[in-house]
Amino acid sequence: MNTVFPFEWILAIRFMREARMQTLLIMSGVALGVSVIVFISALISGLQTNLFRRTLDFQAQIVILPPKEVSRPLHKAGEGMLATLVQPRAQRLQSVDQWQTVLAQVAKMDGVSVVAPVVAGAGFIVRGEANKAVGLTGIEPETYLQLIALNSKIIAGTANITGTDILVGMDLAKDLGVWTGDKLNLQTASGGTATLSIRGIFDFGNSGMNSRSVYIALRTAQSLLDLAGGVTSVEVNLEAPFTAETVAQTIQAQTGLKVDSWIATNAQFFSALEAQSMSNTVIRFFVGLTAALGIASVLVVSVVQKSKAIGILRATGTSRQQILRLFLLQGALTGLIGSLLGAVVGWLFLNAWRKIAVNADGTQLFPITFDPMLFVYAAVGATLVGTLAALFPALQAARLDPAVAIRG
Amino acid sequence: MADLNAITLQLKGIRKAYNIGLPAETEVLHGLDLTIERGEFVALIGPSGSGKSTLLNLIGLLDKPTAGELFITGQATSHLQDRELTLLRAKAIGFVFQFHNLLPEFTALENVMLPMLAARGRPDEAMRLRAAELIEQVGLSKVGKHMSNDLSGGQQQRVAIARALVMQPALVLADEPTGNLDTQSADNVFDLLRRVNEASDTSFLIVTHDPRLAQRCDRIIELVDGRIDSDKANRASLP
Repeated sequence: MNTVFPFEWILAIRFMREARMQTLLIMSGVALGVSVIVFISALISGLQTNLFRRTLDFQAQIVILPPKEVSRPLHKAGEGMLATLVQPRAQRLQSVDQWQTVLAQVAKMDGVSVVAPVVAGAGFIVRGEANKAVGLTGIEPETYLQLIALNSKIIAGTANITGTDILVGMDLAKDLGVWTGDKLNLQTASGGTATLSIRGIFDFGNSGMNSRSVYIALRTAQSLLDLAGGVTSVEVNLEAPFTAETVAQTIQAQTGLKVDSWIATNAQFFSALEAQSMSNTVIRFFVGLTAALGIASVLVVSVVQKSKAIGILRATGTSRQQILRLFLLQGALTGLIGSLLGAVVGWLFLNAWRKIAVNADGTQLFPITFDPMLFVYAAVGATLVGTLAALFPALQAARLDPAVAIRG
Repeated sequence: MADLNAITLQLKGIRKAYNIGLPAETEVLHGLDLTIERGEFVALIGPSGSGKSTLLNLIGLLDKPTAGELFITGQATSHLQDRELTLLRAKAIGFVFQFHNLLPEFTALENVMLPMLAARGRPDEAMRLRAAELIEQVGLSKVGKHMSNDLSGGQQQRVAIARALVMQPALVLADEPTGNLDTQSADNVFDLLRRVNEASDTSFLIVTHDPRLAQRCDRIIELVDGRIDSDKANRASLP
């Protein structure tokens, strides 16, 4: 007999070892449950990280815009008549008022990592007989490239644009039969026109964006769109993306401008994330409950099977508390060992998934986040669940009348 | 008046009823008085349903009397809580049952260690030595390391006796200890009980149906319908 373990442990381990089949089955059940939890959790958190990254790669977390222009009807004084029909004002391109001040003010705020001015408008690319409508974005590369992961999407040339450089999407370049170094003519509705040379080609993995977006230098955009010295928006990234809504409201209160956070503009995305998290919680809950019921039912049977042994133990000086602990321990050990096995199986699942879920080019469909703490949580959780599940059978065992139990 | 220290067990007006307050209320024991002195070797006989088992459970502190007081080595027990009863039982009383005495998950030697383990919480070398000593005393040194299920009925009862003695109790209660054995094994087990009794101060109370074995005890108490019908010294047992 091992001298390391106390009395209850020795008994619990012997009982479990002796009831080999029962122990093996219930531990496999717990292991399977834990492996499902580990796998699904890693999968969902990987999916969310990936979705999150994809969303924030292409948009700033906070966008500061000039306030919308509204029509204000004038009262006809004295005659009690009001204009009954008010036509909403068409929104023209306008600059953020005092944008340099706003930029400096926001840059000083806590948690803000990058602030970039942007001029956005519409234009046409003309080359020979072809012309394409595009959305043009005027940027300062030194700030804008920190805001959006444009650099990593460049497939030819560079994103560092100045003067008369332009970045075009892969699809647009193909449609127009151009590549880096070639020249294009860009025109805007306000009459601006410029000949620009292609400095880089990007691929956003989305043909809409690849055929309709172009990037040019901020100053070039200002003059093309007739916005000398102005910008149409100031865009902001934060150190903690999930605080965007609060920060946006603070900026709005301080500047009186229209401020949108990515959380508000992607409400649908967030409800999808929430639904995923909730389904993950529901899965965890029911897997945990199933494991608990399994452990409890095995122990209830075990208490009946061992009632004579319990009687003899009680007659030879074992206390009620020791019997209680003996059965709680069996539940806890089932949970713990089952969860350790489950962690191993879950890990194997995840590795298999990494090999199966790949793109045609061999890269991963989406990377799975692999948090080792998940295993620790699973083990602690399963041990707790096991102990709780054992509570009822353990109380039953402790309350057993030894005189009755021995007679059987 | 007998010397208090010499009294192992004393019963005063012990009553036991079941289904109290229900129409089916039945009293099984009707006010028993009994004293067993140190080192006595007593047989408890009586027909089925006479209350022998009930009495044995009460004496073994596995059950509580409805009325009366029960003293173990001079200590009154009616006011004790479960925890204190468990401690007293562990210290003062050893049990030998008729069937299923041993835990099949353990070896013979480990079964003997169990009461010490329960009392002290963790095994140590001293426990193992004490258990080995008792295993030798009951003549089972060769099979001490065998799982208890691999032993014969007689061997199992010997292990049970060793376990009952391991805490050096004042009283050993044996419920039909030989009821499950062939004559030869029964004689051996009974001889062992007698030998242990002669070599120590431990008192023995043995429930038996077998008149042959009862005749080998020093005192025979006969229980009939929950009353002590006769209680007499048995000269025949003396050598």
